[in-house]
Amino acid sequence: MTLRVYVPYETTALSLGAEQVATLIRREAERRGVDIEIIRNGSRGLFWLEPLVEVETDEGRYGFGPVELDDVASLFDAGFERGAVEHPLALGLTEQIPYLKNQQRVTFARIGITDPVSLDDYRSLDGFKGLDKAVSLSAQALVDCVKESGLRGRGGAAFPTGIKWQTVLDAQAPQKYIVCNADEGDSGTFADRMVMESDPYMLIEGMIISGLAVGATQGYIYLREEYPLAHELLNKAIERAYAAGYLGDNIAGSGRRFELEVRLGAGAYICGEETSLLESLEGKRGMVRAKPPLPAINGLFGQPTVVNNVLTFAAIPSILGEGAEFYANYGYERSKGTLPFQLAGNLKQGGLVELAFGQRLRDLIYEFGGGTRSGRPVRAVQVGGPLGAYLSPEQFDVLLDYESFSKIGAVLGHGGVVVFDETVNMAEQARFSMEFCVEESCGKCTPCRIGSVRGVEVIDKIIAGDNRAANIALLEDLCDTMIQGSLCAMGGMTPFPVKSALQYFPEDFNS
Amino acid sequence: MVEHFYPEKDYGTPARLSEKLITLNIDGIEVTVPEGTSVMHAAARADINIPKLCATDSMEAFGSCRLCTVEIEGRRGYPASCTTPVEQGMVVRSQSQALAKLRRNVMELYISDHPLDCLTCPSNGDCELQDMAGAVGLREVRYGFDGENHLDSVKDESNPYFTFDPSKCIVCSRCVRACGEVQGTFALTIEGRGFDSKVSTGKDTNFVDSACVSCGACVQACPTSTLMEKSVIDNGQPEHSVITTCAYCGVGCSFKAEMKGDQVIRMTPWKGGSANHGHSCVKGRFAFGYATHKDRLTKPMIRQSIDEPWTEVSWEEAINFAARRLREVQDKHGRKSVGGITSSRCTNEETYLVQKLVRAALGNNNTDTCARVCHSPTGYGLKMTLGESAGTQDFDSVMQADCIMVIGANPTDAHPVFGSMMRKRLREGASLIVADPRHIDLLETPHAGEGIHLPIRPGTNVALINALAHVVVTEGLEDEAFVAERCDPDDYLIWRAFVAEQRNSPELMADVIGVPAETIRRAARQYATAGNGAIYYGLGVTEHSQGSTMVMGIANLAMATGNIGRPGVGVNPLRGQNNVQGSCDMGSFPHELPGYQPVNDAGVRGQFEVAWGVSLEAEPGLRIPHMFDAAIAGQFKAMYVQGEDIAQSDPNTQHVEAALRSLELLIVQDIFLNETAKFAHVILPGSTFLEKNGTFTNAERRINRVRKVMPPLAGKEDWEITMALANALGYPMRYRHPSEIMDEIASVAPSFANVSYDKLDELGSIQWPCNDEHPEGMPVMHTDSFPIGRGRMVVTEFIPTTEQVSETYPLLLTTGRILSQYNVGAQTRRTDNNVWHSEDVLEIHPHDAQLRDIADGQPVTIASRTGSTVLKARLSKRMQPGVVYTTFHFPHSGANVITTDNSDWATNCPEYKVTAVQVSGSDAHALSDWQQKFYAFTREQLDFHEAGSKQDSD
Repeated sequence: MTLRVYVPYETTALSLGAEQVATLIRREAERRGVDIEIIRNGSRGLFWLEPLVEVETDEGRYGFGPVELDDVASLFDAGFERGAVEHPLALGLTEQIPYLKNQQRVTFARIGITDPVSLDDYRSLDGFKGLDKAVSLSAQALVDCVKESGLRGRGGAAFPTGIKWQTVLDAQAPQKYIVCNADEGDSGTFADRMVMESDPYMLIEGMIISGLAVGATQGYIYLREEYPLAHELLNKAIERAYAAGYLGDNIAGSGRRFELEVRLGAGAYICGEETSLLESLEGKRGMVRAKPPLPAINGLFGQPTVVNNVLTFAAIPSILGEGAEFYANYGYERSKGTLPFQLAGNLKQGGLVELAFGQRLRDLIYEFGGGTRSGRPVRAVQVGGPLGAYLSPEQFDVLLDYESFSKIGAVLGHGGVVVFDETVNMAEQARFSMEFCVEESCGKCTPCRIGSVRGVEVIDKIIAGDNRAANIALLEDLCDTMIQGSLCAMGGMTPFPVKSALQYFPEDFNS
Repeated sequence: MVEHFYPEKDYGTPARLSEKLITLNIDGIEVTVPEGTSVMHAAARADINIPKLCATDSMEAFGSCRLCTVEIEGRRGYPASCTTPVEQGMVVRSQSQALAKLRRNVMELYISDHPLDCLTCPSNGDCELQDMAGAVGLREVRYGFDGENHLDSVKDESNPYFTFDPSKCIVCSRCVRACGEVQGTFALTIEGRGFDSKVSTGKDTNFVDSACVSCGACVQACPTSTLMEKSVIDNGQPEHSVITTCAYCGVGCSFKAEMKGDQVIRMTPWKGGSANHGHSCVKGRFAFGYATHKDRLTKPMIRQSIDEPWTEVSWEEAINFAARRLREVQDKHGRKSVGGITSSRCTNEETYLVQKLVRAALGNNNTDTCARVCHSPTGYGLKMTLGESAGTQDFDSVMQADCIMVIGANPTDAHPVFGSMMRKRLREGASLIVADPRHIDLLETPHAGEGIHLPIRPGTNVALINALAHVVVTEGLEDEAFVAERCDPDDYLIWRAFVAEQRNSPELMADVIGVPAETIRRAARQYATAGNGAIYYGLGVTEHSQGSTMVMGIANLAMATGNIGRPGVGVNPLRGQNNVQGSCDMGSFPHELPGYQPVNDAGVRGQFEVAWGVSLEAEPGLRIPHMFDAAIAGQFKAMYVQGEDIAQSDPNTQHVEAALRSLELLIVQDIFLNETAKFAHVILPGSTFLEKNGTFTNAERRINRVRKVMPPLAGKEDWEITMALANALGYPMRYRHPSEIMDEIASVAPSFANVSYDKLDELGSIQWPCNDEHPEGMPVMHTDSFPIGRGRMVVTEFIPTTEQVSETYPLLLTTGRILSQYNVGAQTRRTDNNVWHSEDVLEIHPHDAQLRDIADGQPVTIASRTGSTVLKARLSKRMQPGVVYTTFHFPHSGANVITTDNSDWATNCPEYKVTAVQVSGSDAHALSDWQQKFYAFTREQLDFHEAGSKQDSD
């Protein structure tokens, strides 16, 4: 019987040596005369266990990890093909690992299980179930379904997706576009990349359905330039989807058309802002556009355009496949469904944790993350990327949903969670936030362009003890100016981490 | 509430034209504006002036400065009023404590990176940043001034007319946007991002070496002194201003002459100008220094012979001398041995007076104008087909065109402000067809679709228009309803049968035209089926032996496709000179009295005889080329030339020179000692457009006011000179002001019946016809019918020119002009525009150059059957092989030494655009025989002039 071994082909695993591990396993098998099939699956998102090698048994897949080159021979020695064996890296059945078992994987249900570009694998796990339903529904019925699911934009702004789609559907234009924002650039985030590397057909399916829903025939994936593997796998998947008739003139035999291509980003954080993204996609400098007009009415090349994040499109197939109600049953109050959180920073167990909205931040940090990697107490957590507020331990009971976060002046954003231990200096972190804005501001609006530079300078004065009280007042004033006056969220949210640092960690500004 | 539109006011964002009106409440005031209007613009209409820096109403809102934030009921935060469109029932607050604080804090950020040298800044007194700092009440900059800044940025002073000082820049992008949205050149960009953002002309280049065309739109848009006219830096802010009209091309841009006393500090494009809407080009905006150039003629001079020095005399003596000599010539050689040329550079009133002088005082019809050598075929051709000698549209019409066909014109160089408007429409998606031997810049319009270029062989226009028409009638692309309703059916059937003949098909004509048949078919289909098809043409149409035929062919095509009589379509000649339309309207032709009324019509003549109090000659007079021929034949002996340099501009220079030498009296009225004046006996120093009152009529029939901003350097406006000469001839002219001349014009020319200076002041400008039927003028003509009833299609048989290539003369020369220089260059050569074009060159395709072993920049001899000259070669792929090109801006270039006596069969418009030539490499400092003679003669004449001037100072 052939031994089936899974070694992830995914950036995190690869950066931890998965390629060499796979090679060594093959060689070791040859040496030992073991009949082996190595499947390059995606990652399960349990990054602290990567490279996570799995073997297929009758009871299911058994995991071993993190596997280093030195471990390979011993795995064979231990007879790892049997799964339940004694080995320091043995993890038991992968799906029983609490970190994975305790999640509510809806969007990420398939992630890490299959060969990402295998259409058969995709179809065998409910792939294209949503599209198959969608082709028989009217555009309005599709939009209604998304509305009923309660899905909100997962890129950070949390705007109701169905309403956005309705606007595009209602707009009259010779050409409409579907644009996927895959310029994932928030610190500590990787969920988009995981979708594209480990389950690309899900994104493609979501975009096709979106095209059917609003009457768009052309889609673009604006992909972060620093994601070469995602680029490779997306292109391979798109090519196969064309060959299989899921893209092109006659999608899924419906007689309708949808074209899709990947465009590489321009390497600027601001190009993840949707209007800058559209400018960049048009071949121009990535500069923020004033809204209105909304992209839904006047977007790419001036045409009505759906711009959604990878995770938003990725949620669509299951919403269509399982029904709006199925999705809406997850979540809490106005935050329906699930959010794939990304645990990063000073944590024992970094990785992807998909949970229904409404659970506690504390559980995410301690139950899933396992506390700090350094072993020191957690001092601060930044949720929602570099523009998200810093939370202090007394806020950790906040519920993970959009409104609860908003109430405490914080954001969930794209679901990135970065943990700091007690060695962090929050004045330095505040300075870093302003500095990040200096680096990444497009330069269009004044509060962001000049304000961020002055922000760094004022914080430096505060840290240096120069006229501290007046400068703290000035910094607060500056933060308000940026929040109230900036053109987009870049300048408008940069003060969030600064203000939260000032408010919850004032002692760091008095050193 | 009462609302007005004041051109002086900056409404922040452009006006919207929607018919749907929206009412909102701003600061308690109800405001009603068209849908799509911004809150900022709506507020400005109610004179609520929301602070702003990046917004200006010549371009779309940008939303970057964040000063114009407002509060809107029911909305979160502080939306920018420039980017927020009005909504029904919206309630807006433009002022509150929170807004005041926000604006002050934003301004504080600006000023933290701005020099504090207001008192010594060139913008002091005219700075929006300063104004806004005042408006928001900025009192301190808490950040101090030791932070990161741009104060040490280096100035770019490379452009002769303005400086770029990045240390003053607030990165509002108004310059960048103006260069794109208004001018359409996209020479500017923002380099770097965030705090490093800076305005840039591109990598490692300065303004003068960049793609910048120096139109001044960026300078106009700049709210600080970052982009600043050097004249303001040198002289300070102007203290008063006068609205007037540019004296360069036929676009007729309105300008504000900004003055200090009688000195023009700067010319800024006037937003209230209906031709230019606040835009300008490098000539009108900056090249006005010639008006006070040291070469200006300021004293009348006379001499007996051109072989002797000049003598400066009083006005009275000069005028009396001229009048006496005119009468002597007439006594000796007959009444018809004298004539006069009216200037298309002068005002309507002035050209009117010259033709009136010739007709009423000299008693013949020997009057002509430079339209003879440019658009006379337009006058003839359009009159024959559409019934009126003028373009059918206003410029704004192009903004509704779906397909723009440009034939033999180069708008981005020759009519730059209208070229920018075309480019804007092309960027909006209109399609483009260009029929021109050269690959003109319009085909390279950034952010526009790909145009169809028909690179025709020079001289094959009529073959092309017939082929286009053939496709239209044989592929069923005619507008049958229009033809049935508007065109003469018999003429139509004859024309239709003619163009349908197989010999006119693109397939059979392709080899003649030099363009593949399929390309011609594609162009015909595009024009005929676009919806609104608009044709714009220039001298590449008229200056041919079949110029008039081609004009009629264009009119035929427009009628057959129904592209006449509404906005967005039409037949539009792009007039070369500022007042060439006007000079034609004013009766400057030997066969037509003012208003295109035939001189041989006794009824018409009778009316003029009553008005002018003399009996008039019935026989049409001599055209310019006929005057030359008659002069050489000894029958034509005296000429009065008002502001036209026939010795440089007319074809076959040696023939013209011989004619001028054979005159007994040449009176030249001009602002410079031009080439013609070197052959003169009387110099009457004229005045520039800055020194006189009057009107110009542009290419869209728009009569614009010219207003005097400084006294004439020589003491008299041109109309006063002509008046004095008439009086000295014994024919009384008693005008106290040009407005009285216009009143007379209105009384004799029906299409001007309701025109008056009062009305011009009231309306700003008027597009004739302006009469009881159209009391405020007529932007688009022929909407319901043609002046001749039904449109007449004319059979346009293609007859090849006799000017053909041969073994000896294997290349075809065509001529034209470029952006920075104007016509004979008399004005622009006396400005810093020479920075961009200091000599005329011969453009030649690299293939033709290689065959002749000619390198780029090498002097070459260009020889035709008529003459030869030497120019430097410029290798250019804009040319097609077999065709060479040059300009005629410099007299010593001798472009017209080469051109021939061929001319249009109907109007004698010279065939400038086709001359068979040979080009051969030449030595470094080689000169042709003509050029050697030219230099010697010029030196001699300058000495004669200097001698006359010295006399005065002695």
